Amino acid sequence: MADETRKNDEVNRRQFFMRLGLGSLGIAAAGTAAFAYQYLEPNVLFEPSPVINAGKPDHYPLGSVTIDVNSGIYIIHSEEGFFSLSAVCTHLGCMTAWKPESNQIACPCHGSKFEQNGKKIEGPAPKPLPWKRIWLNDDGDLLVDRSTDVPALARDSFVRV
Amino acid sequence: MAKTVDQYFGDLRGTRVWRSIFRSGTGSSTLKRALAIQQNVFLHLFSTKVRTRMLSFSATWYLGTLTLGTFLILVATGIPLMFYYHPSVPQAYADTKDLEFVVSSGLFLRNLHRWSAHAMVFLVFAHMFKVFYRGAYRPPREFNWVIGVVLLLITLLLSYTGYLLPWDQLAYWAITVGSNIASAVPIMGDKIHFLLLGGNAVNANALLRFYVLHCMILPLSAMFFVAIHFWRIRKDGGLYSHPSEPATVRARANSVPANPMEAQ
Repeated sequence: MADETRKNDEVNRRQFFMRLGLGSLGIAAAGTAAFAYQYLEPNVLFEPSPVINAGKPDHYPLGSVTIDVNSGIYIIHSEEGFFSLSAVCTHLGCMTAWKPESNQIACPCHGSKFEQNGKKIEGPAPKPLPWKRIWLNDDGDLLVDRSTDVPALARDSFVRV
Repeated sequence: MAKTVDQYFGDLRGTRVWRSIFRSGTGSSTLKRALAIQQNVFLHLFSTKVRTRMLSFSATWYLGTLTLGTFLILVATGIPLMFYYHPSVPQAYADTKDLEFVVSSGLFLRNLHRWSAHAMVFLVFAHMFKVFYRGAYRPPREFNWVIGVVLLLITLLLSYTGYLLPWDQLAYWAITVGSNIASAVPIMGDKIHFLLLGGNAVNANALLRFYVLHCMILPLSAMFFVAIHFWRIRKDGGLYSHPSEPATVRARANSVPANPMEAQ
């Protein structure tokens, strides 16, 4: 009865409730998606600290390249001083190894090779091995912050003892 | 006079309890046989009738059915394995070794699970090649091909998530490499990597996430899509038969054409 007097572009009761229902469902779905995303992203991580204590500098003789497989870094004692390099291959995250016979760092997974200063020689690795911040603490221990990259070969990236 | 085994089954089928469960009734008429399929919650996904030549080995090499077979073996062996496996860093590797050396039949179940998993990945690919080269993906079956691609992805993800669970060196580095591949996704790569592992590295959270994905989310998704996959075969006209295939040609040669002009 009311239909006869209604204009064509007017929303009838059924359409109104349909839109209301679909709109509410859409809002609820978006909220659920946001809720699920936040839930699945951990707020607290029980991962090891990025800062590690590499011990006294005299453990590392001049010219040595020492890997710590647990923390994934190299401590290298070069002529210019001590510096630290990530041992995690920049290709797909495998642990590289120092090959003293060829003076190279090599990745066992896909054959990337790096120089002692992290520069790529060959292989699929897209980037050089990053340098990590290294410094001496008050006890005279070498500390490395694995979460902080420093420029390669820069003066400040070395520690001199 | 002693009854035969068939007569005992006949009596069983006539009982009130049997008839209350299986409503299609006794008898072997075409109708009763069709009803037996159509009125069963599991079998009704399939066609009530199928061409005999489509049941020959050469038609499909049974690759889809064999894939389902390996999936059922994986469910049947995977659930018992869950009784002895704790998805935690200190215990996962020890539990895997216990399953091999301490638990009765643990070695058998674990190896059956492992080899069936390898077989399933192989069979899924073989099934897809067979479908592809027969042209069985063509209309009206293109949507079922898409469902099949989804099932391929689920199969690979099941294989990938299961690979971490033994928590040995091979598992750890394979998942490290694999999850770093996910980081290569443009823009969201690092976010996907973080959400997948529940952290920045393969650790306790990653092990638990992969366990839940492997034992709950992915198998349930697989069952959901397998149900659609089977139901679509019926809806798309039954198992695909190609006119030039030997089984089809033989079947046509043996049948008397209704219209002699067809024989040309």
